[in-house]
Amino acid sequence: MADMANLLVEQVLAAREQKQPLRIVGGGSKNFMGRAVDMSLSELSLAEHSGIVSYHPVELVLTARAGTPLIELEAALAEHNQMLSFEPPRFGEGSTLGGTLATNMSGPGRPWWSSVRDQVLGIRLINGYGEHLRFGGQVMKNVAGYDVSRLQAGALGTLGAITEVSLKVLPKPGSTRTLVSDCELGEAVSIMNQRAAQPKPITAACWLDNRLYIRLSGAHSAVDATAAQWGGEELEDADAFWQQLRDQQLDFFSTEQPLWRFSVNPTARMPQLSGGWLVDWGGAQRWYSGAADFAEMEQIAKAAGGQVSLFRGGDRSGEVMHSPSPAVQVLQQRLKQAFDPDGLFNPGRLYSWM
Amino acid sequence: MSNAGKRVDREVLAQRFRQFIDPEYVISDDETLKPYECDGLSVYCEQPMLVVLPETVEQAQQVLRICHQEGVPVVARGAGTGLCAGAMPHPEGVVLSMAKFDRILEIDTLARAARVQPGVRNLAISEVAGKNGLYYGPDPSSQIACTIGGNVAENSGGVHCLKYGLTVHNLLSVDLLTVEGERLTLGSEGLDCYGMDLMALMTGSEGLLGIVTEVRVKLLPKPEVAQVVMAGFDSVQTAGDAVGAIIAEGIIPGGLEMMDGHAIVAAEAFAKAGYPTEAQALLLCEVDGTSEEVHEHIDAVESLFKRLGATSVRTSHNEEERARLWQGRKSAFPAVGRISPDYYCMDGTIPRGQLAHVLTEMDRKSQECGLRVANVFHAGDGNLHPLILFDANVPGELEKTEAFGAWILELCVEVGGCITGEHGVGVEKIRQMPAQFNDSEIEQFHRIKAAFDPAGTLNPGKGIPTLRQCQEYRSLDKDIEPNAGAAAQLHDHGQGGHHHG
Repeated sequence: MADMANLLVEQVLAAREQKQPLRIVGGGSKNFMGRAVDMSLSELSLAEHSGIVSYHPVELVLTARAGTPLIELEAALAEHNQMLSFEPPRFGEGSTLGGTLATNMSGPGRPWWSSVRDQVLGIRLINGYGEHLRFGGQVMKNVAGYDVSRLQAGALGTLGAITEVSLKVLPKPGSTRTLVSDCELGEAVSIMNQRAAQPKPITAACWLDNRLYIRLSGAHSAVDATAAQWGGEELEDADAFWQQLRDQQLDFFSTEQPLWRFSVNPTARMPQLSGGWLVDWGGAQRWYSGAADFAEMEQIAKAAGGQVSLFRGGDRSGEVMHSPSPAVQVLQQRLKQAFDPDGLFNPGRLYSWM
Repeated sequence: MSNAGKRVDREVLAQRFRQFIDPEYVISDDETLKPYECDGLSVYCEQPMLVVLPETVEQAQQVLRICHQEGVPVVARGAGTGLCAGAMPHPEGVVLSMAKFDRILEIDTLARAARVQPGVRNLAISEVAGKNGLYYGPDPSSQIACTIGGNVAENSGGVHCLKYGLTVHNLLSVDLLTVEGERLTLGSEGLDCYGMDLMALMTGSEGLLGIVTEVRVKLLPKPEVAQVVMAGFDSVQTAGDAVGAIIAEGIIPGGLEMMDGHAIVAAEAFAKAGYPTEAQALLLCEVDGTSEEVHEHIDAVESLFKRLGATSVRTSHNEEERARLWQGRKSAFPAVGRISPDYYCMDGTIPRGQLAHVLTEMDRKSQECGLRVANVFHAGDGNLHPLILFDANVPGELEKTEAFGAWILELCVEVGGCITGEHGVGVEKIRQMPAQFNDSEIEQFHRIKAAFDPAGTLNPGKGIPTLRQCQEYRSLDKDIEPNAGAAAQLHDHGQGGHHHG
């Protein structure tokens, strides 16, 4: 619960002076993500730079330092019956707000309740010049200057150290119910998409082990009426199921195999690779655990209108992210240069060439 | 960020373009160039060297390559409805009109997405998707005319942003041409991509980073029902509190609009919507969703308004009544245009809790400088549109108006808001950028620009001020009135000062 910004700036300036790259760490719960980094690099720890800076429930806006644990944020929001609508996954007690934005991690409600990238209103960031900058703001609409805040989503800290984040938050729904039915993958994907095209209070749709799970959230009357209309078996202890899906605690995720994440057209028909599948986000996010070849999977993802990345396990010394087109790669390199000319932040974490 | 220096002969360049573009679509004569000299903010005018209207991406690509080679500035243009002079031409540059790219390429009903060319009108997407019960969310008030390419460039909003987001929230992918004429795609058919979010960076970049050639947007299912509650209040403060109370109740309205006394009177006289003209503030709260949900929430909103001291409450019970209640709000700008020879529309955003303070201060300043202000407010998301009423034929009044406008934007920043919520910076608000950003932040913006456009030929002079301008503005602020240059321009061209939003 302290403002460590000056200390962090000093650390960056010193690193710049000594040309010593830094490893940005928050709660350390996402160390498994991205490419393997050189653990001998000095750590730039955001963990102590923590605490809620301001929270105005009526404005639906919260600002907190990057090192603030998600648990702390969610507790503060719950007091006002509000929530982080993007349902950020927690891969440990320590998961922080800064890490959530840097990895652009959102939970099962993402297609309907939006992503962390969508809900970000503004950030503070230390760039490679050791300047502590402010972008965006604390209001819903702000088109002054380039959107540097959302640019950070998925950058894995390669453009600078996020020190503070302002977010739009939302009220918790009045009621939630989860319906389960038996069905095979292809049919499940088509039902998910058909359901999503209806103006009904659907907020999650997942397929696992030949079971389709659909979550409804909103006004009591609307949830009940839709549940009656759509039918299906009511899932007991549904909150626990969605939480375990979000935090990857379901049995599916406890595997020795590498875990791959496909982000694709929600209606895509994909070839069955040998291994396990879990479909989330109404078809738009598909987890695959298996030993297929990365290059082959890139082709499959591309044909399905999307991308694939190695999420957990496997060989993290090579590339783990879907390879960008040469033109996009050039832009990313130039942007890296624009923010961090000396390559101080998280070298090699996102791509081998960055 | 200056454009490259060498002067290029207009006719020579036109001839080169005519080799691969229909000669009719390469405009080089003064008379035909005239309509392109400004966008929706007609105070700022400039005649371009040339206008080209390519019909294929390959042609646009070729235009960019030639301009890049010759160091000629390129200003992209959609429908020209923008309100910040973001599409104002460069005198030695080419206007790249995307008007011919007007085809909806695909409506993917099952995946709820549409693939469209950049010159497709915003409303046209919803009209076509509507046949399948879907629509495109963002609805700027110019939606009948404005194009999706322009919406991406400006990150356009509308009245439904609180619930459905801005353009940036409703895009899946964007195809671009870089300043060098390189083609690339940002985003995908999936929801999130890996690596830094370049599509978000591109959205709202005002044509400074690239030229949009194709867009894949999300489509939403049309709500079963939408109903609107109108409530009059005897003070702006009470109405503002009522907005907060709705949110605190856990209701996110589809639209939540406020008008002040001046705007109510003007709108009622114009549209006869049945607004309470004695009220000091009016709220329009639209709730949409399933019929059960709307029923539940409309009851809650009505009783909340009554409990919080609304002087009148009315609810729409059919589509006709709903349209009529909205009619006044939607015609607020032309309505104000009728009670004043000219008006100037501002676009600040503030934290909602600051509304009463900001309006009180604005009222004080309005009396001080003798200019009336009517306020329309996207109350849900804090986006304020003060309309300053003035008469451009009275010498000095436009200058006074612009100074007042600048003061309002700076007040927005002071209370924790920003200088533009949805209209963009363009030329118009470049002067207020230093109020929101310090020199290091501005410099970071320039480095981003240089990553995409090292020579600075894409829409030069817009969006981000140079550091020298920042210094000049700050020292000017200390003594004299701002924007005298723009005012001089206005009189040179003999333009009216009307602004439509």
